[in-house]
Amino acid sequence: MKIMLLLILISLLLAAGFLLVYLWAARAGQFDDDYTPSVRILFDDTAPEAEEQHEPVITGEKAKN
Amino acid sequence: MSAATILQPKNPPVASLACFHCHDVCPDDKIRIEDKHFCCDGCKMVYEILNTNDLCQYYDLDEKPGISLKNRRDARAYAYLDDTEVHEKLLEFNNGHTAQVTFYLPQMHCVSCIWLLENLYKLDAGVTHSRVNFLKKTATIQFAPNQTSLRKLAALLASIGYAPEINLGDVDGAKRPAMNRRLAYQIGVAGFAFGNIMLFSFPEYVGLDAATDTWFAKVFGYLNIVLALPVLLFSARDYLTSAWHGIQARHLNIDVPLALGIVVLFGRSVWEILTHTGAGYMDSFAGLIFLLLTGKWFQQHTWQQLSFERDYKSYFPVAATVKNGDAETSVPVQRLVPGDIIVVRSHEIIPADGILLKGSARIDYSFVTGEAAPVKVKSGERIFAGGKQVGESIEISLTRRVSQSHLTQLWNNEAFKTPIKGHATVLADRAGRYFTGLILAFGGGSFLYWWLVENNIHTAVNAFTAVMIVACPCAVALAIPFTLGNILRILGRHRFYLKNNQVVEAFSAFNAVIFDKTGTITNIAQQRFEFHGKPFDAQSKVAVRSLTRHSAHPLSRSLYESMPEVPTASPEHFEELPGLGVQGVVQGKKVKVGSAAFVGNNEDANTASGRGVYVSIEGEVLGYFEVKSRYRDGLDEVLDYFRSLRRPSTSRTHSPVWLLSGDQDTEASRLAPFFPDRDSMLFDKSPQDKLDFVKKLQRHGQNVLMLGDGLNDAGALRQSNLGIVVAEDTNNFTPACDAILHADEFARLPRFIRLAQSGVRIVNRSYIIALMYNLTGLSYAVTGTLSPLVAAILMPLSSVTIVVFGVLMGNWQAKRLLRQP
Repeated sequence: MKIMLLLILISLLLAAGFLLVYLWAARAGQFDDDYTPSVRILFDDTAPEAEEQHEPVITGEKAKN
Repeated sequence: MSAATILQPKNPPVASLACFHCHDVCPDDKIRIEDKHFCCDGCKMVYEILNTNDLCQYYDLDEKPGISLKNRRDARAYAYLDDTEVHEKLLEFNNGHTAQVTFYLPQMHCVSCIWLLENLYKLDAGVTHSRVNFLKKTATIQFAPNQTSLRKLAALLASIGYAPEINLGDVDGAKRPAMNRRLAYQIGVAGFAFGNIMLFSFPEYVGLDAATDTWFAKVFGYLNIVLALPVLLFSARDYLTSAWHGIQARHLNIDVPLALGIVVLFGRSVWEILTHTGAGYMDSFAGLIFLLLTGKWFQQHTWQQLSFERDYKSYFPVAATVKNGDAETSVPVQRLVPGDIIVVRSHEIIPADGILLKGSARIDYSFVTGEAAPVKVKSGERIFAGGKQVGESIEISLTRRVSQSHLTQLWNNEAFKTPIKGHATVLADRAGRYFTGLILAFGGGSFLYWWLVENNIHTAVNAFTAVMIVACPCAVALAIPFTLGNILRILGRHRFYLKNNQVVEAFSAFNAVIFDKTGTITNIAQQRFEFHGKPFDAQSKVAVRSLTRHSAHPLSRSLYESMPEVPTASPEHFEELPGLGVQGVVQGKKVKVGSAAFVGNNEDANTASGRGVYVSIEGEVLGYFEVKSRYRDGLDEVLDYFRSLRRPSTSRTHSPVWLLSGDQDTEASRLAPFFPDRDSMLFDKSPQDKLDFVKKLQRHGQNVLMLGDGLNDAGALRQSNLGIVVAEDTNNFTPACDAILHADEFARLPRFIRLAQSGVRIVNRSYIIALMYNLTGLSYAVTGTLSPLVAAILMPLSSVTIVVFGVLMGNWQAKRLLRQP
């Protein structure tokens, strides 16, 4: 039955891990604003446009090389 | 023009044209890009900016995202942002290549706004990242200071309609404290410990220990102590320190019996575990702290976008334009000294007292004095800080520093220096005193009984600690945050925002009411016009309405809206002269609408009656429209409600209701139906007079509720026991107060007050329920036989009952009182 001790230690460590994740999230400000992210997630991804914007810069550098 | 065209005017096709950007009515179809029409060049420009940068998704995300740029400020207005001192105050972070600033953007209103502001990097390559907090209406922008500047950012935001609001309060004094996340950590730790301790206490609940190895009981017990330690030292810390301060100040607040319970609960559990005499009550302990902190979090819900602590600094500009010979430089207002000559443009606020040097000044002192009509100031006369110039640019020679000006001196009054209202509510304090007495009486009594009569010191200690644990007023400590916090939220949904729970409670105590006039009981948005002069025919009405339709001036707009039945025609040669009026040719006749001097009425031009809008057709002055303020809907009912309240004391008189106005008494006769007792109307009161009046009432033992709106009421609002600000737009400036009421909800104020009062009654009933639980628990405790199981069931049960009872009763009362008639 002493194996229980090991299991308990593991379960405690796991729970402590979750606590740390929560504290880190709170510290990073993830609970500061509970409205805007719900809107932000619905925006279309504008990544392709961003790439287009960056490309001329890269080619410019290549041209210099 | 024939009469037929007047009666049935061709409705010009432009009438239906809505601006593609801001959806206002377009005056004509001249400003356009392809098939898109715009009301002004500003809107067209924003569209062009967005279009060239591929940001037109802005118009698809929400229905009416665009913000009209008609009231745009001069781009020069942000020159002060180049000042290094201002920089240091505003920037949250700056290491040379990355800087961060948070702007307050009150114009933010929809999903499109969030999207555009988070795509700011497409408009300015210097921006690396921007993030919006919609509830606070702020945008945090990271940028490269060597590629762009604070001033450019502010100007860019202003050019697309989101003018950042930066005022003296942002740059004066300490930086705003970072968000306090301590409570979130405390709840996390308590919740973690609570869950795990429950798990380790499980064998105890089902009685497994006795059957199997006692070895487990020991390990679990030690683990529980380890887990409970951070709960006591970190999560429960605020309760313990608050209780300690209470004892030091010889003031028994609710935290004293609470802390007593917490410490005894923990201490006895540790002792039982270490001496192997029992399993302790660590689960109850952690659960109690967790619940208490949850209650605290629930009550801490403040209205993020509102501020209840503003003073004149939130209203004053950061910088003023100082004239040095011909050069104009922008100087932070703290550095202005007497003798400086400053330029004040239209709609700018005068930062310090001075003497008018140049220009025709019409100063709107409505915020300072409550007087709505602008005051004309002649060259060489004094101008006071806080006034707003309406009309052309003026030059002022300063005579005082900002901090010593007439208006700002009001804030040197002691009313602003003492934090009058403490943290705990009166209800909680009363409960604190009562519970401390109860606990000490029962605990001490049973201890003495077991010790002296039965001569059993062991049971005596057991009984004493058990009483401490059971009688711990956790249920009481939960009743206030949950019940009143819930009512606070309900009222907030109905646009009546209270600062905290104490304010909910204060509604049960007031017995005198003071109303401010301008802006509080008058509705500026709903003006009435009364025409005085020669007969005014239908044709003239068409002329006036057609002209005013194209003007952006607030008076023109309300005049236009006051005659919805009159048809319009398109004027030719339309011209708007700022500060004077509008003119144009309507149906072949030259029409002028505006000030007396503008239309050519020289008699009235020099008199004080600056509140009329004059009309002339073909050079003949027809007369003028008198502007009459309208009283808010429901004013009668609100006044009746306050008058019907009897003073809580045995006195049979009704609550006195006063009117305190900064205006002259010209409106006294019109107000007579509302205030039949002429002596209850006091006119021509300065901000200081208002404050003194409140003090006088308080000296006579009255508990004052004050309704105001402007800076001129700030002193009285602060001094009063309950200061409510009536605001047309809750994002605009509101002086320091206890509650903010949206003007549209004014008529429902009596219902709101009834709900707040019912909240206090619900809390009192919760106390009775808590008392019944306590008596049940005490009957076990005094015998010294409180099993952990009973404690573990009884304590959460009473807490949950109180929370559920308080919230449900609050919701029910709200449904009963606030449903539409």
